Amino acid sequence: MNKNIDFKRIERSAAIRKNVLKTVTYTMLAVWGIMVLLPFYWMLLSSVKSYAAYNSEYVPQFFTLSPTFENYVKAFTEVPLARYFLNTVIFTLATTAIMLVVIVPAAFAFARLNFKGKNLVFTLFLALMMIPNELVIITNYTTITNLELRNSFTGLILPSVMSVFYIYLLKENFAQIPDELYYAAKVDGTGDLKYLFKVMIPICKPTIVTVTILKVIECWNSYVWPRLITYDKNYYLVSNGIQEIRENGFGREDIPAMMAAVVVISIPLIILFLIFRKKIMAGVARGGTKG
Amino acid sequence: MENNNRKAWLYLLPAILFIGAFLVYPLIDVFIYSFEENFNFASGTSTGVGVGNYLHVLRDPYFLQALKNTFILVVITVPLSTVIALAISMGLNSIKALRNMFQTLYFLPYVTNTLAVGLVFMILFDCSEQSVGLVNSFLSLFGVQMVDFIDGPYAAKMFTLCLYTIWVVLPFKVLILTSALASVKKDYYNAAKVDGTSKWRTFRKITLPMISPMIFYLVVTGFIGAFKAYSDAVALFGTELNAAEMNTLVGYIYDKLYGAGGGFPSYASAAAIILFVIILTITCINLLVSKKHVHY
Repeated sequence: MNKNIDFKRIERSAAIRKNVLKTVTYTMLAVWGIMVLLPFYWMLLSSVKSYAAYNSEYVPQFFTLSPTFENYVKAFTEVPLARYFLNTVIFTLATTAIMLVVIVPAAFAFARLNFKGKNLVFTLFLALMMIPNELVIITNYTTITNLELRNSFTGLILPSVMSVFYIYLLKENFAQIPDELYYAAKVDGTGDLKYLFKVMIPICKPTIVTVTILKVIECWNSYVWPRLITYDKNYYLVSNGIQEIRENGFGREDIPAMMAAVVVISIPLIILFLIFRKKIMAGVARGGTKG
Repeated sequence: MENNNRKAWLYLLPAILFIGAFLVYPLIDVFIYSFEENFNFASGTSTGVGVGNYLHVLRDPYFLQALKNTFILVVITVPLSTVIALAISMGLNSIKALRNMFQTLYFLPYVTNTLAVGLVFMILFDCSEQSVGLVNSFLSLFGVQMVDFIDGPYAAKMFTLCLYTIWVVLPFKVLILTSALASVKKDYYNAAKVDGTSKWRTFRKITLPMISPMIFYLVVTGFIGAFKAYSDAVALFGTELNAAEMNTLVGYIYDKLYGAGGGFPSYASAAAIILFVIILTITCINLLVSKKHVHY
């Protein structure tokens, strides 16, 4: 009889302990969730408060009863936000497109073709992955300056194109395609280029999409190179655009308008992320580096 | 496979051109720059070869400030972000409901523009005459003296920088650790359960060894990333980082190259090489340590 009671008590205390642990876990996760969301909520909230309303509240309010879109109008009319936005779109698309044109054939050569010095060249490529950007950016800056390509899309794009890591990623994927397919195509008289476009690229589409998205994110957020290479506002991208807006845009006090600009430049990537959530996370887990 | 030399090089040509022009040539050039004394950017001439640039950089108080800031940032954020990421990932792995939602949510900072969100952090943390940021009004609820975290005392500014850095780097670490934890075989845990092993012991003897390669990977990339911190600081304190006493090593390099104190590619090169040597040394130390502690 005594034993029975003991048993029940142990069971109950185990259940309690499990519930406590669960509560603690969920609380911790929720707290971090709020920490992540708060800045996003705050930028949205501040962007729909009117200038007068924002500045009249000495202590910030967590909601607003009279949302307004005037800040968004301001963001597009008083500062060249649309220009920054368009520049970034052009820069991102061009850089990503050129990168694909450059890396796909290179990955194909490494994965499929046999040539003298292949291993040596590939090892050299891998070694170059270790080189931090800070080391090469100085000379690139002088190169572009000497070519008088500052404040031009060519100067922005060219040094941003190369990502050795993506060649490696794509080569690994290409190499997984069985050789038999290649020989079968050869027997049928298919050329290398046709084989690349009709067989390899379709099979490896997921990797190519991942690489593309990662490059788009990288381009959209790039700050250092655009800052060095452009001083004409007509060529600013969103990152140095937002810095410019902060320093001499609306004036320091007009925070709601600033926040509207921040929302506008953040939205494209958030939408991209929500659409390609799984692909982006898998891609970053395989080869992302940040932090 | 038959040899097709010429064709292969043709396929590689665009990549080699880009790499040669913007990666290999600059890499060689930066070493040359760093040893050319009194290099004149306009005329492209120098007075000789020597270590003058290095000496100049090492004596520059702004460089020492940047070095100090970067070291503090590294020492605080790398261990802290790794531990927090581990705690969050373990939490994520132990739940079923809402797990996907939390995972998506936690990853959000990865895809956002560092400079844009930095501006929001600036507003949350500031405390000026016009307005008081959310953080300060929250602190004042508990009777804590208000502090300007953006333009105030050094420690407060450093706190904001560390916090923002952790906020920015956590998504990557959580993602990596969550998948590492999910790949540990359930058999080990079940065996431990049968033996009545305590939770702490299970964690230390099974979980930690099994995911140690990934933790090590995160520590190495974390060190490298933190040493290269720059845009986070710009996002919070603006482009005049020297004036704000918040410059980082990378910021120092760019300031020497361009901007108010710019136009000195030789000094920038010397500083970049010093940074590279620091990173290389730390990474080697990491590798040596890992040999002892990382399992399989």
